[in-house]
Amino acid sequence: MKVLVPVKRVIDYNVKPRVKPDQTGVDLANVKMSMNPFCEIAVEEAVRLKEKGIVTEIVVVSIGVAQAQETLRTALAMGADRGILITAEGDVEPLAVAKILKAVADEEQPGLILLGKQAIDNDNNQTGQMLAALLDWPQGTFASEVVVEDGKVNVTREIDGGLQTVALEGPAVVTTDLRLNEPRYASLPNIMKAKKKPIDTKEAASFGVDISPRLTVLKVTEPAEREAGEKVEDVATLVSKLKAAGAL
Amino acid sequence: MSLIANRRDVDFMMYEFLNLDKVFQTERYQSYDREAVSAILDTAEAIAEDKYLPCAAKLDANEPSFDGEKVSIIPEVGEGLQAFAEAGFYAASFDEDVGGAQLPGIVNLTLAGFFSAANPGINSYAFLTVGAANMLNAVGTQEQKDKYLGPMLEGKWSGTMCLSEPQAGSSLSDIRTKATPTEEGHYLIEGSKMWISGGDHELTENIVEMVLAKIPGGPPGVRGISLFIVPKYRVNDDGSLGAKNDISLAGLNHKMGHRGTTNCLLNFGENGDCHGYLLGKPHEGLKNMFHMMNEARIGVGHGATMSALAGFLYSTKYAGERLQGRHPQDKDPSTPQLPIIEHTDIKRLLMAQKAAVEGASALLYYCTDLVEEQKLTDDKDAQNRLALLLEILTPIAKSWPSEFCLEANKHAIQVLGGYGYTREFPVERLYRDNRLNHIHEGTHAIHGIDLLGRKVSMFDGAALKLLLQEVQATLSATSEMSALGEYNKDLEQALKVLVETTETVKAHENVNTQLANATIYLDAFGHVVIAWLWLRQAQIATNALANAQGDDVAFYQGKLAACRYFFRYELPKALVQFKLVSDLDETCMDLKPEHLTGNNPL
Repeated sequence: MKVLVPVKRVIDYNVKPRVKPDQTGVDLANVKMSMNPFCEIAVEEAVRLKEKGIVTEIVVVSIGVAQAQETLRTALAMGADRGILITAEGDVEPLAVAKILKAVADEEQPGLILLGKQAIDNDNNQTGQMLAALLDWPQGTFASEVVVEDGKVNVTREIDGGLQTVALEGPAVVTTDLRLNEPRYASLPNIMKAKKKPIDTKEAASFGVDISPRLTVLKVTEPAEREAGEKVEDVATLVSKLKAAGAL
Repeated sequence: MSLIANRRDVDFMMYEFLNLDKVFQTERYQSYDREAVSAILDTAEAIAEDKYLPCAAKLDANEPSFDGEKVSIIPEVGEGLQAFAEAGFYAASFDEDVGGAQLPGIVNLTLAGFFSAANPGINSYAFLTVGAANMLNAVGTQEQKDKYLGPMLEGKWSGTMCLSEPQAGSSLSDIRTKATPTEEGHYLIEGSKMWISGGDHELTENIVEMVLAKIPGGPPGVRGISLFIVPKYRVNDDGSLGAKNDISLAGLNHKMGHRGTTNCLLNFGENGDCHGYLLGKPHEGLKNMFHMMNEARIGVGHGATMSALAGFLYSTKYAGERLQGRHPQDKDPSTPQLPIIEHTDIKRLLMAQKAAVEGASALLYYCTDLVEEQKLTDDKDAQNRLALLLEILTPIAKSWPSEFCLEANKHAIQVLGGYGYTREFPVERLYRDNRLNHIHEGTHAIHGIDLLGRKVSMFDGAALKLLLQEVQATLSATSEMSALGEYNKDLEQALKVLVETTETVKAHENVNTQLANATIYLDAFGHVVIAWLWLRQAQIATNALANAQGDDVAFYQGKLAACRYFFRYELPKALVQFKLVSDLDETCMDLKPEHLTGNNPL
């Protein structure tokens, strides 16, 4: 079975984001960028399925600026077989990503698409669901366990009430949650091997889908600074203060 | 912000201070480029952050213990080393033909630094294994390499260096461990070895002890020392492990710092059955051990620098968050308190750390580059020149960071005040860890004697001349840069004093007097070298500032500020020290034991 794993290049989780002075977005100049942690989990799961002999080929795909190639190389160093870089300038919204990925899936015909449930930059949590709808494939989101057997993909999902297991008839879309696995480190020999693995580059425009943004960002600001609290003498004062504030 | 690495400074050292891009163009390293190096360093930093750093305090508080049978160590140590092994880092710097990744030495130094800053207690096991494997690779027979090298480069077996004995520490010529040849080809080893880091533990399947011993009937003193491979478990011809060798752990030493690394008193041949295998030729043991020792000495200086870096990064972060007091001119208690990083004396404590850490770092990158260039040239003259520069700089590379980066750790504690003195914060541990570096791999005094007694005069002063030429080259290159004019003059003056002091000492007839203040000379000499490297960094920063943008502006300005600090606050100290040395001061020499307390301790 072939697996398609979309991966996103995002601001590194260790970096404290700074808002651009003109408030149009987050300043990414000279900022460390890495693979979205949820995407790393998706790559790891695909590699584990390959190590189990279930998966035969792992194709990783990334949409974004040319440097997203580094993110693909990381995935290749973790064990993916080949990459597809789809270059696009500016912010590509989840629906546009889903449309492009549908076109890639039509071409690649994977048995499974594994992707992170959300990216830590915008926290949209939409791409996987939209992609499943566009492809009209079953979806198992927020996976904490993925078992492929007898032609079915059994996905244990983390839901509000606990765990739910769904059995999906392939091909299917699965989005990964944090507890699915602990991604491996790309080893030195594998980083060097990954340099020789193929990456195809295409332009987003070549897919013939509308990727123009549907949202307008008015402005981006830092969260308001937390103000100092107030100490009260006794419970009665606390209650009256809470009442005055409309909290009771 | 990372607490173990400053990646911007690492890039500065690799690509601006040194020219790693040029190294990528050589045939030997052509498979590497900036992107691959960055990915490799990302993996190293992540493993150091995830597996080494979080358990550093726990490991310090729970040092290895010995119940008479086995050594117990908290499991995080084994897990960390396993991640290091799986990442392929043991074999990183070795040639491809022995199964290595042939990683440029400069990159290898950088990645080792992350582990060292995060947790030296774990790092030492890997560091010693790589050093022992390097020596084996350099002087071992094919059969020995086939047997031992593979498992060492996979991290399955570890390595050590066994030099000191309870009665022979700095005085190696007095070792007593005996190696008696047998008809079967192996030697029987008998004796005790002290201070053996990683000498015993259960972290790896086998331990390859590299032991210095004397073959009876050989020449006296250091010329009669030979080197032996002495494995904890004997190795069968098919590579499988055989019987346990006759090595016993007599006890663990309980150290001030570096507490994660077992430090052992090992008894070899208590039952007369300890097999050792000669490595290299008989009586050339010390020369061969220097393959490991020179590397280890640069490594010790680097370890000292990394402990100071960790303290610098932590105390800088703390100083930005801790609110305390107001400026002397603002006494109004109703105004908000300042982050202490705004106080001038805290700035001084932080700048002193930066100047020490990044100055020492430049020296270690420079030395590593000398080793690298030796590999990359076939020209015998060039190799000779590089080797001489390395000879004279090795005692500085080991000692200057051990002295002045330890001082940096002292400043880091001071920034945290009372909190810095508690074990709830890492800076006191970093200080304790760093305190070792002054002592091992040749004490501070030994390197002073090595530098003043040997290195500055070797081959008619050839090594010193080469170093002076290097410094002169920087002076010429910066003589027209007006912003650096003051430093240029100061360095030229200090260099002149260094040369005059050296000549005065060499001209004196009494060797005891010559070497009476060798340690002081070592420190002062080191200051001149570090000042030179700060001028080089300032030269690069000045040129780069013209086109710098964003955070780079502050980065380069910081380099200039640190250069200024070093020339104003530190370099003048060297002149005072040189004066003492050139006066051939005999204050300490004249001291009689009974002067110390009024009673004669002899």
